Amino acid sequence: MDPDPNKPEELPSNSANNSHGSTHPPSPFPDEVIEKVLSYINSHKDRSSFSLVRKDWYNAERWSRSRLFIGNCYSVTPEIVARRFPRIKSVTLKGKPRFSDFNMLDWGANVHSWLVMFAKVYPFLEELRLKRMTVSDESLELLAKSFPSFKALSLSSCDGFSDSGLKAVASHCRNLTELDIQDSISEDISGTWLSSFPENFATLEVLNFASLNSEISFDALERLVSRCKSLRVLKVNESITLDQLQRLLVLAPQLVELGTGSFLQELTPRQYEDIESAFSNCTSLRVLSGLWEATSLYLPLLYGACFGLTFLNLSDVALQSGEFAKLPVHCPNLRRLWVIDTVEDKGLEAIGSSCPLLEELRVFPANPYELDPRLGVTERGFLAVSQGCRKLRYVLYFCRRMTNAAVITIVQNCPNFTHFRLCIMNPHQPDHLTNEPMDEAFGAVVKTCHKLQRLSVSGLLTDLTFEYIGKYAKNLETLSVAFAGSSDWGMQCVLDGSPKLRKLEIRDCPFGNTALLFGHGKYEMMRSLWMSACNVTIKGCTILAKEMPRLNVEVIKDEDSDDNQADKVYVYRTVAGPRQDAPPFVLTL
Amino acid sequence: MEAAYENGLNLKATELRLGLPGTDNESEPQTSSPCVQNNNKRSSSEMDTEKQESVAPPPKTQVVGWPPVRSYRKNVLQQQNNPESDGSGMFVKVSMDGAPYLRKIDLKFYNNYFDLLKALENMFKCNIGVYSEREGYNGSEFVPTYEDKDGDWMLVGDVPWDMFTTSCKRLRIMKGSEAKGLGCCNL
Repeated sequence: MDPDPNKPEELPSNSANNSHGSTHPPSPFPDEVIEKVLSYINSHKDRSSFSLVRKDWYNAERWSRSRLFIGNCYSVTPEIVARRFPRIKSVTLKGKPRFSDFNMLDWGANVHSWLVMFAKVYPFLEELRLKRMTVSDESLELLAKSFPSFKALSLSSCDGFSDSGLKAVASHCRNLTELDIQDSISEDISGTWLSSFPENFATLEVLNFASLNSEISFDALERLVSRCKSLRVLKVNESITLDQLQRLLVLAPQLVELGTGSFLQELTPRQYEDIESAFSNCTSLRVLSGLWEATSLYLPLLYGACFGLTFLNLSDVALQSGEFAKLPVHCPNLRRLWVIDTVEDKGLEAIGSSCPLLEELRVFPANPYELDPRLGVTERGFLAVSQGCRKLRYVLYFCRRMTNAAVITIVQNCPNFTHFRLCIMNPHQPDHLTNEPMDEAFGAVVKTCHKLQRLSVSGLLTDLTFEYIGKYAKNLETLSVAFAGSSDWGMQCVLDGSPKLRKLEIRDCPFGNTALLFGHGKYEMMRSLWMSACNVTIKGCTILAKEMPRLNVEVIKDEDSDDNQADKVYVYRTVAGPRQDAPPFVLTL
Repeated sequence: MEAAYENGLNLKATELRLGLPGTDNESEPQTSSPCVQNNNKRSSSEMDTEKQESVAPPPKTQVVGWPPVRSYRKNVLQQQNNPESDGSGMFVKVSMDGAPYLRKIDLKFYNNYFDLLKALENMFKCNIGVYSEREGYNGSEFVPTYEDKDGDWMLVGDVPWDMFTTSCKRLRIMKGSEAKGLGCCNL
């Protein structure tokens, strides 16, 4: 059974007759050895396995665990966690299911009750990393005042907070080293939070506010940067201009990661030179992002800093192919690259020619609803990258046309894919040349890429794709499916096959109750299942909920839909029982 | 099939949510979207019964939450979009010294400075003349200037056209005699 680190497991009894706990067989190792061994085990999965062996190992493990990872905040309650782990310093919590990102439901995953518990039992908490959770100002204030040793706050794709919550953190967290806000939406009233860092505060190492769209006080930022000598990550928002950026770079040439502000500004020749030399002086720079509204005029400013770059994130600036194509040759050490599809195939060809060390490529669509297949990137660009970048292992590729032949060649060039996320944006689109389904493309992916952990499929797909997945994708952990498949059989193949599957998200597929119920034994071994706009009914979900009491089966109905239709279904394993905070539109069966 | 070009506004129009009104920046109702391609649009408020019957691909429609690009990212891309494909227009006010009222023009409508200046000359019945990098609109009776994003008044023509259209907030046609500081010789 796949161990859940947060479940207080039924421990295997080592001696059948010790129901009173009177005679445990002596441990094969002295406590000191166990503790020493444990100090080397950091992965929560390994620690869980360790804790299942014997009761005393379980205890040794729970007392020594300091980092907590909870992949689904509803799989367990704060109380259960607090009981089991007395000494936690770092918590990672994830909330909403991913496909709900794109509809933004007011669904739950509020961190507050967790913080209330942490304030009680983990006064020495140092780190909190949240993903897809709702974080209110009240929660941030509680955080700021409850943990005197608090060091690192990371909010990824979170929402619910505003200026005043951030102000509380800035004012009260005296030992803060990290404030990292990624892709989070906040209702900013003003940007005054940045000015709330005390004048003598100087411990910051990571500051990322790139996704917050308020104007902050540049003066306050400049003073903060000049005080924080250990600052290695600085990602500013669009309100910071180029010449302001230059001043920051002069103060912090030691930066390893930089997110620029707006790159659109008229510069005098003198300013241009100053900025150019500021970039050249950042010899430790490895990661670059931002560059809002940059054009070919000012991209050359970066050239001095490009040689050492390992990660270039251009996903906030839609560069045309001509202006982009000159850049890759300056970045021979690139390992990760994110771009917008306005760079076109020509831009990708430039990458293939110049960046042999590339491991990760993400191509985002400039205009996701444009249907013209001549726009953006095609199979040619992807092929070009695969030819030049044989170490490629992570790809996220939004395109409007693809062929089976291209994908087959791509995975032959790059058999080491661990993450293959191909999004052919037009639903049900067949092979562009042959008009056939894209089954063979994904078949080739799973047959060739033995290390594949994450797969997103798209295009016209029959059940054959899922037969291939179930049969060959032995290391697959996350599968995303949309507008695919012909019948329940497809989903059944996957549920029957992939032994390591943890997350399955499905939308707009012809899978119904038979498929849903087929997997009932499997879901307890997975983190979660999401199905929306499929053929599942409330009746089917109710049966599943009845059969599997340790699963939460939540249904969200669309307005005006059939009474029996289960429009959105979210199934996840839990020891916490049905959640108490579900909004009215969520039915827990 | 004829591709319809979606524009920035319509991204938001079709991005339906089950959240409360006011939880999103846009409140544009779905039905006002001029780029709806057909009536089979899936939405949270209507169940598409055709889905269960048909095996053939559905007509190319806008689908809620698809492609899976985060709203955060969509917002950034919309601002970035090439103005020519942005359906919302780039209307700026134009004033001319001595004229009793202002006019408004859509910068998106023009492809380059030449077209813009010709149009301004027609609109205001004035003579703007020819731009040169060194001397601006030397000798012209009227000189076109504009206010940029930073609030500064600039001479029209100095920067590349695309940069101009994205940074221009309003236009002012000054009398040539007053435009001394902007590179024009005084006689």
